[in-house]
Amino acid sequence: MNIEVINMCLGIPGKIIEIKKNVAKVELGGLLRDVSLDLCPEVSVGDYVLIHTGFAIQRMDEEDAKETLDLLRQMAESI
Amino acid sequence: MKFIDEFRDKEIARGLIQRIRETSTRPIQLMEVCGTHTVSIFRYGIRGVLPEHIRLLSGPGCPVCVTPNADIDFAIALTREKDVILVTFGDMMRVPGSTSSLQKEKARGGDIRIVYSSLEALTIARENPGKRVVFLAIGFETTSPTIAVAILRAREEKLRNLFFLNSQKQVPPALHVLLQSKQVRIDGFILPGHVSVILGTEPYRFVAEEFARPGVVTGFEPLDILQGIWMLVKQIEEGQHTIEIQYGRVVHKEGNPLALSKIHEVFETDRAEWRGFGWIPESGYRFREAFREMDARKFDIEVEPSIEHPECLCGEVIRGVKSPLECRLFKVACHPENPIGPCMVSVEGTCATYFKFS
Repeated sequence: MNIEVINMCLGIPGKIIEIKKNVAKVELGGLLRDVSLDLCPEVSVGDYVLIHTGFAIQRMDEEDAKETLDLLRQMAESI
Repeated sequence: MKFIDEFRDKEIARGLIQRIRETSTRPIQLMEVCGTHTVSIFRYGIRGVLPEHIRLLSGPGCPVCVTPNADIDFAIALTREKDVILVTFGDMMRVPGSTSSLQKEKARGGDIRIVYSSLEALTIARENPGKRVVFLAIGFETTSPTIAVAILRAREEKLRNLFFLNSQKQVPPALHVLLQSKQVRIDGFILPGHVSVILGTEPYRFVAEEFARPGVVTGFEPLDILQGIWMLVKQIEEGQHTIEIQYGRVVHKEGNPLALSKIHEVFETDRAEWRGFGWIPESGYRFREAFREMDARKFDIEVEPSIEHPECLCGEVIRGVKSPLECRLFKVACHPENPIGPCMVSVEGTCATYFKFS
């Protein structure tokens, strides 16, 4: 990725592959990137986290995402 | 679950569009606060699928765009000091100040380094002990905790040559100004998803309680935006006004308390100058006493008097009062190759988005 064109506001979900102390190796669109866990320490390998300027800022909640999608799918099918 | 493609499903999008069309009966104006929302709305053609009477306004949520000329001029003046390395996010490079830009200063030999993360500034400071390294700290609540962590680490390491030019902003006070000024009618807010990951929903309570307007914290994929709009339309049609969360997979009511505590450990709330708004009370930060030695504003340097381009409408565009199409410079004198205002520079600036997609 060309950092000159990265939008600093962007938050991107990435999957944690490995954790060493407070740094996680995260898979981001096929690339591996080191991400600080200073702001989101309670995560495990396999979790998805939202990444902003090199920091994980929140764990992604898979249950919530599934519930939302199920609800919306039911709604779309009922039309 | 990859948390991206699932939220681009066409069938579900069709269902949501139909729900919005069935529910919405009256003309409304919704403001998407965040520039990343503006980009998604254009990229996925969302304006085109909404009923004509639902109008979307772009708001002030682009940190590059709201950085005032005075701060850019200060950063430019810093780069002219022989012993200073200026460290910045890439977005700021091409933003015009009063008479120059960081990119022009770099071409003239200024030592300016582009980073992706605030932590890289620490590395640069460690590697250059004879230099004063200044990080240009811009951003909203999403970015502020990452800057606070860098400051806390610098203090832990006793890095004496790292400084911060603080131009950070808090989003909710700007929404307060927009609602109070009544220059533009806003019937509801598509609230910024990633700012709210940190903030939670409490800081937006005034939107509902003081101004009787609904707000929905919304994600950035097409289904997120359509669902957010649907939730707003439902509230408006039912005469409700509460702050809801559409983006529940990553936003919680209480935000990220650890991140908030980092901000509060380093900074206290202060007024801030915004392009397009002027000074807004309680919309920025100043260093707490214990960290003031890292404040680059105390440097004794000469900064040129700040001037604005007389015809640039960036300020009005940021407030949602004018559209880029109403600007005489848009596409004529001002385009991404030669931006006159910051709204044409940032990839999430409203003018740049209009240029790219219109």
